[in-house]
Amino acid sequence: MAHVRFEAVRKTFGKVVAVDDVDLEVEDGDFVVLLGPSGCGKTTLLRCLAGLEKVDSGRVLIGGRDATDLPPRRRRIAMVFQSYAVFPHLNVYKNIAFGLRMQKERKAVIRERVESSAKLLHIENLLDRYPSQISGGQRQRVAVARAIATKADVLLMDEPLSNLDALLRMEMRAELKALLRELGSTTIYVTHDQVEALSMGDRIAVMNAGRIVQLDSPLAVYDHPSDTFVGGFVGTPPMNFLSAEIVAADGAGPVVNLSGGSFPAGDSADSLTGRKLVLGIRAESIVVERQPSDGLIEAKVIVVEPLGSHNLLTVKSGEDMLKVSTSPRLFPEPDSSVWLRMDPNHIRWMDPETGAAVDSKVAAPQNAVAQ
Amino acid sequence: MATVAQPVTLGRRLRRWEGLPYALILPTVAYLGLFFAWPMVQAFELAFRIEGDWTLSPFRSMFNDTNFNQALTFTLLLVVVIVPLQFVLALVMALIANAKIRGRGLFLAIFILPLAISDLAAGLVWQTILTERGYLNTFLTKVGIIDQDYIWLDPTKPNNLLIAVVVAEIWRSTAFVMVIFLAGLQGIPHEYTEAAEVFGAGFFQRVRRIILPMLKPAIQVALLFRIIFAFEAFAVIIAITGRAKTTLATEAWRWQAEYFDSHIAAAYSALILVLSLVSAGLVLFLFRTPRAQMMR
Amino acid sequence: MSGRFITWLPRLGIYVVGLVLSLFVLAPLYVITLAAFSSEEDVYAYPKELLPRDLSTETLSFFLNFAGMTDALWRSVFVALITLAISLVIGTPAGYAIARFSFRGADTVRLSVVATRAFPIVILSIPLAVIFIRWGIDDTIQGVAIAHTALALPFVVLTTASVFANVPAELEEAAQTLGCSRAGAFVRVALPLALPGLAASAIFVFIISWNEVFAASLLTLQNRTLPAEVLSLLEGAPLNFRFAGGFLLLAPSVIVILIIRRYLFTMWGRVVR
Repeated sequence: MAHVRFEAVRKTFGKVVAVDDVDLEVEDGDFVVLLGPSGCGKTTLLRCLAGLEKVDSGRVLIGGRDATDLPPRRRRIAMVFQSYAVFPHLNVYKNIAFGLRMQKERKAVIRERVESSAKLLHIENLLDRYPSQISGGQRQRVAVARAIATKADVLLMDEPLSNLDALLRMEMRAELKALLRELGSTTIYVTHDQVEALSMGDRIAVMNAGRIVQLDSPLAVYDHPSDTFVGGFVGTPPMNFLSAEIVAADGAGPVVNLSGGSFPAGDSADSLTGRKLVLGIRAESIVVERQPSDGLIEAKVIVVEPLGSHNLLTVKSGEDMLKVSTSPRLFPEPDSSVWLRMDPNHIRWMDPETGAAVDSKVAAPQNAVAQ
Repeated sequence: MATVAQPVTLGRRLRRWEGLPYALILPTVAYLGLFFAWPMVQAFELAFRIEGDWTLSPFRSMFNDTNFNQALTFTLLLVVVIVPLQFVLALVMALIANAKIRGRGLFLAIFILPLAISDLAAGLVWQTILTERGYLNTFLTKVGIIDQDYIWLDPTKPNNLLIAVVVAEIWRSTAFVMVIFLAGLQGIPHEYTEAAEVFGAGFFQRVRRIILPMLKPAIQVALLFRIIFAFEAFAVIIAITGRAKTTLATEAWRWQAEYFDSHIAAAYSALILVLSLVSAGLVLFLFRTPRAQMMR
Repeated sequence: MSGRFITWLPRLGIYVVGLVLSLFVLAPLYVITLAAFSSEEDVYAYPKELLPRDLSTETLSFFLNFAGMTDALWRSVFVALITLAISLVIGTPAGYAIARFSFRGADTVRLSVVATRAFPIVILSIPLAVIFIRWGIDDTIQGVAIAHTALALPFVVLTTASVFANVPAELEEAAQTLGCSRAGAFVRVALPLALPGLAASAIFVFIISWNEVFAASLLTLQNRTLPAEVLSLLEGAPLNFRFAGGFLLLAPSVIVILIIRRYLFTMWGRVVR
């Protein structure tokens, strides 16, 4: 059983709290991504799981066993390091075979496993080369092959793709995802790249300042961020955040007041009337009209970035700067005016003090544990 | 989820033990404590104590010794003459070894050859060259510059001996300084000198205003060690000058090995230590880099 | 036209200066080799032969057959080997600890180790001579080796620290996740990669001990090492003795430098291209 659990894990380095009482449960076969900016504690958490860091308090359980005091070699894990850590003094074959030789497997078994792992990573023709003779991308494959050859219970990956150039990274992302799906191993994957996290994980644990701030499927993290940090960190471009106030207008129902205009709030905001809030909305959820109309917010175009599949407009509405995506054929002039319609189904309300998402009647967050 | 309790085994206790680094350095610390720190203490005792009584008589004997003044002046002369000359030479060598020319590797290989030569060997080598029936005179005669053997190592001309020792020491020990400078030069990103060039600085200006200031830490280190080593100059003096000249270290050696007076020998070595420490302090002070100027 | 003139003049100047300096370094080496391999009559001849015309091993064999010289030579070798062994065994773990762990007192240790290099061998040898007499190990190879180890230990600690710092800690961590204990990871991963640098510093320790003359001549009387023996016989020694002695003392050092040149900078923390 390759079930992993962190219980109230805490790790400090001197005065710095790297991991702050983290609880996390990972089911067998789950692919969980630890996502966050540098310094958020994701790598430290991973290293605590690996046994490369000793936790100050709390427990780490692997496959039901308390692994908190076990050295790395007894935890039945395999790890891929950011710098690959491929042994320069051993050839590719010996690198991949290393873990198996430590387990004192029979030669025939070792040969079979090394060759099948190498084949999965398409490096079966490199087995007698040395790391200095192969490219960075190939070294990365060796590192992955070495990790999967041991058939460990849990696979740990520490930003394995970040040292690759952009094109290679994209290819490896898909390849790695397919490979890990085929293997079905429990995987814990650390990255700061939110595109990687969204594309690869079954679930994403977004971390900030040593804590997990949201644990959800990629879709839920994207669509229903638990606070302004998650909304601002995940998604390209980041979520727009505007100061808003919902007031009761005479007769017509509650109205959302933004610095650049107002629009009817609709049923969704019933419980929030009379409050000052932060309105979160993604660039693709804002519709751009060329003509004014009721319920639209006026905004001035600052920059138009044609991105091929769509155009990204930077507009200013009142005091707020927003990013809005439109059809690739729409090219408003800079300094001209456009009118924005906010799709109420995609508005996420956040508390202006804490940044946390505020529950509203429509669109319950999808917190289901996806498998 | 039921968990299995782990027995608190010795292995687990060792795992939690934070003391591994201390255990690793213990042998070194113990050895140096026993065979370095303790003898140092003994050295001071030898210098200030005879048969249990505190006394300054070793120092008095040292100061009154006939050779003392000569030893002190010669030692100081050596330090003052060798170090500056050597540093200029080492800088030139390092610049050449670092320059973008073909054959830089060959130059480096040659310049670095004397690195591990002892001062005794260097003394013997230069004696071979400078002795009156030696190779320098042979060469000069063959080339026609002189027609009579010149006695280079003439004890009656004290400057000759000084220059001979200086040349031998510079020949031998400049490689050490050069290596430190070279490492320092390689640490200076060439963007800095390129930027200076773009802004109009010529070669010597670049050396003076960019390279030397950025070499300050390397100069400091090299100066520190070279001065301390210079105060220890010993076998080269004997090899080249015999008994004609002496230094503080040579006197220390003589008092221990030939006159069997450990106390006076210890007094001499204490003096050497004091001079070394004072110089080290001066170097550290004069070459300190204010924190604001350090790019860390 | 003037532009091209200016660019090649400095380049020529560099080559000229480099050539002059190279001659300065190489000529004495050539001379002593020539002198050591001259026949007995050539030793006293004047003017000397400047070209290797009549090489012979008479001078060297005279030196080696001189009473006690070969014994002294072997003693030097033994002392150097013992020094090498002890200082490496004691110093390498310390260097590893400094490179890998950030523990309280790490800076103090590193600083004090550097500081010991700054203390002259002079002030160490004299009390050691007295102490060794008290312990009954004066005039022994072991005594000299003990002193030389004290001299070499700081060097070993600093260079092995630099060597291990150049081996990424992640490699040992990877080995640990693949089934090695901490010690196993060190032996299987760190050590093989550090071996060239360790070998270079071992060779350098050998040379340090081989060259050392002050302590060696203070700590021994009958059982002298080569430099100590040469020094004691120097007064009034004939020319061929000096020629051969100079050469034999110097040759291992130069040969060693030729061999380990590339690793010197790794030891000192930078890489020469």
